[in-house]
Amino acid sequence: MKTEIVERLRRIVGEEWVLTTPEDLVCYGYDASYLQDRPWVVVLPSSAQEISEILKLANQEQLPIVARGTGTGMSGGSIPDQASIVLSVTRMSRIEEIDLVNLVAVVEPGVITADLQAEVEELGLFYPPDPASLKQSTLGGNVAEGAGGPRCLKYGTTKDYVLGLEVVLPTGEVIRTGGKLMKDVTGYNLTQLFVGSEGTLGVITEIILRLIPKPETKRTAMAIFPRLEDATQTVTNLLGAGILPSTIEIMDTTTIRVVEEYLKMGLPVEAGAILIVEVDGREEAILPEIEQVGRVCENSGASEVKVATTAEGCEALWKARRAVSPALGRLAPAKQGEDIAVPRSAIPEMVRRIGEISKKYDLVIPVFGHAGDGNLHPNLLFDTRDHEMMERVHQAASEIFGAAIELGGTLSGEHGIGLVKQPYIARRLSPPVLELMQRIKATFDPNGILNPGKMIYPEQS
Amino acid sequence: MADSNGQKGFAPKRVPSYDELLNCIRCGLCLSVCPTYRQAGTETNSPRGRVALIRAAAEGKLELSPNFVDHMYRCLNCMACAAVCPSGVEAHEIIVDARIEIDNKLPQPAIKNWIFEGLVPSPGRMEAAVWPLRLYQRSGLRWLAEHTGVLNLLPYNLGKTAQMPPTLPMSPLRQRLPEVTPARGERRYRVGFFLGCAQSLLFAESSAATVRVLSRNGAEVVTPKGAVCCGMPAMAYGDLDSALRLARQNIDLFERTGVDAIVTDCATCGESGKHYREWLKHDPAYAEKAETYSSRFRDISEFLTEIPLDDRLGEVKAKVTYHDPCHLVRGQGVSAQPRQLLQGIPGVELVEMKEADWCCGGAGTYAMTHYEMSMGILDRKMENAAATGAEVIASGCPVCQMQLAYGVKRAGLPAQVTHPIALLDKAYENRDR
Repeated sequence: MKTEIVERLRRIVGEEWVLTTPEDLVCYGYDASYLQDRPWVVVLPSSAQEISEILKLANQEQLPIVARGTGTGMSGGSIPDQASIVLSVTRMSRIEEIDLVNLVAVVEPGVITADLQAEVEELGLFYPPDPASLKQSTLGGNVAEGAGGPRCLKYGTTKDYVLGLEVVLPTGEVIRTGGKLMKDVTGYNLTQLFVGSEGTLGVITEIILRLIPKPETKRTAMAIFPRLEDATQTVTNLLGAGILPSTIEIMDTTTIRVVEEYLKMGLPVEAGAILIVEVDGREEAILPEIEQVGRVCENSGASEVKVATTAEGCEALWKARRAVSPALGRLAPAKQGEDIAVPRSAIPEMVRRIGEISKKYDLVIPVFGHAGDGNLHPNLLFDTRDHEMMERVHQAASEIFGAAIELGGTLSGEHGIGLVKQPYIARRLSPPVLELMQRIKATFDPNGILNPGKMIYPEQS
Repeated sequence: MADSNGQKGFAPKRVPSYDELLNCIRCGLCLSVCPTYRQAGTETNSPRGRVALIRAAAEGKLELSPNFVDHMYRCLNCMACAAVCPSGVEAHEIIVDARIEIDNKLPQPAIKNWIFEGLVPSPGRMEAAVWPLRLYQRSGLRWLAEHTGVLNLLPYNLGKTAQMPPTLPMSPLRQRLPEVTPARGERRYRVGFFLGCAQSLLFAESSAATVRVLSRNGAEVVTPKGAVCCGMPAMAYGDLDSALRLARQNIDLFERTGVDAIVTDCATCGESGKHYREWLKHDPAYAEKAETYSSRFRDISEFLTEIPLDDRLGEVKAKVTYHDPCHLVRGQGVSAQPRQLLQGIPGVELVEMKEADWCCGGAGTYAMTHYEMSMGILDRKMENAAATGAEVIASGCPVCQMQLAYGVKRAGLPAQVTHPIALLDKAYENRDR
């Protein structure tokens, strides 16, 4: 029976693109979370037609399918179990069209985000969403996870650029939603229903993305604040002064200390927070603007402000922020980057509460993230071999989620729920909402073959 | 595999450290720069995948099966992954450690032992071994073979790869070069020349040029005839004992010459020479000597940019593009120096190619053992080189030069492949004329 299904998969995609060796299975069992398992078989189709045939087969035989791109997700959304067929869309990596009249790109789901960006920027165009993984993540994965990034404040996230999709439903039908259209209110907005659906409703096979003109250049300022509250107030003050930065990144005291230990670049380890502010646009417009950013920071309580007026200077100011990940990587064998989002006004209280949780559970929890949009990344550092520590980590995570929700926030701003945050979803979504989502899932996927049991099923975790 | 770093005795068996394996947070950034991943398109051919395989083996969840071994040998060891890794994981080192573990644990083919224990340690035997190739190239057999398709009858792509080596020099440079080449004019330095096997056997003219350039710049050049292979091929094939034996032999040999610096024009020999200090750091008898040896080691382009260079250069009119050998750019952090030398030559127009620091797919014997993958990687390189419109592709590594020359031939490009120092030598020659 099982060998017969493998044979049928081979007939659909070709011998070479069905992987079954233990080595291949190990390599398709993880993502960028700390979770891992081993799928039953891996299949790499090359077209919507092939995917349709695979899903028909899976639907008929009731076999679970886990779709994935390059496996760079942070929440375990693409982690298979041992009964699963992993369906990787990485072979479908063609940029099909860049439409210079309508300013849209039509891409296959396996295109790497940075590859599209490089291609459109050569034409003077811009695809703004910038998840940290943009050099290795796929656009299909970005859409399925609703990926964000630092530029959200000014430009929004992936969802704001998806105009249309081609999707294979779990029952095998190939459907199209939206189009090369800036406006479209005909029927339900199915396009946006698929954005962030984490591979539970269908397999995306083509994406129509909105492009905008590329900003000419950008400039950066870095400000050090003795008090965290002043740093968050600065965000409001900047917007109040009529400035819409493309990015406002924040690093808390713990993060500053960790980075300073790693880089020894003379960061003030006693500071409450560092803000890195970037503005973009025409050079003649943003040079005075970045100077103004500096003044607003000074007037809002910054003890030190550095403004870069050259491109090289900007890169130097980003150095501390870019060092966060490597610095954390050297502190502990594993980490879970949480991804809560709260209203901007609640950032100081949220950071304060994380500080308390960190003390209570005796864990180092650096907090950094996107101050402009309230999306924070408290990073839990741990060693999975230390079971006692893992217990503390789970409790700390649970309390962080609790605090975020109390402050009017949410579990995930840009990483998704997957398996990692599934146990907490009922805290954020009320029973009728969860039930509605489960009914939507059942409508699309009556046999429950796509990423079964994930995301919206808290009882399964 | 053990979960501890088995550093015992003075010749440690390197075992992948479990902690280092866990440092991989699986972000996948390495996928974006790995030539084999970009070529094959499957996770199993990526650095992140290989580290995951080694971790699974270390945890007892995977056997050291033939397929596992195969995957360990699909890595080019180009180090591109380590250069971008935010967690500082050196996947290429971990993979070599795994090969060493495989070499220790599994019976190895007799031919491998013969190559690394019998052939490689003896320059004379290696020189004898290339005679059939010289005969083949010079007797008309090559013409016959390439024009009759008889090569296609050979197994393992040997037919195709027999066409890869350049036309061999009449005799290896080692046999012709005097032990001591005097400085031209006033002697300002006494420099040891580490003449690599591939340079001597395949690119003798290019290394002869290196010695001329050194001599012209006031260096008395000492080329010890007893120098043996740098050990990198043995290391790459997981034969740690042979690699360390060769390293100790070279250290002893150069110690006796009393030179200020040891210079090489081979990227690979340079990388291993500079890393003997790490290879032998647990060997009490050699740790200090290795430290001295490595600290004296210089790539020729480094040496020439550190001294006041004789700038009486003639013109070499050429549009040149430079390909960074992995063992120079990442292995030794040398990329500005060769470019600086090239730009200093009157008439040379240096044009950068896209992805100049991407591996060319040569990678030691990789083109022979993994022909299809290697050619895919080479095609990408050639596309980038061709886009520059350069007439000369310069690169300071014999394997890269061999691979690039084959690529030029395959792509039908009107370009010539050479060592940057050979161009510098030509500039001096043009001045003298």
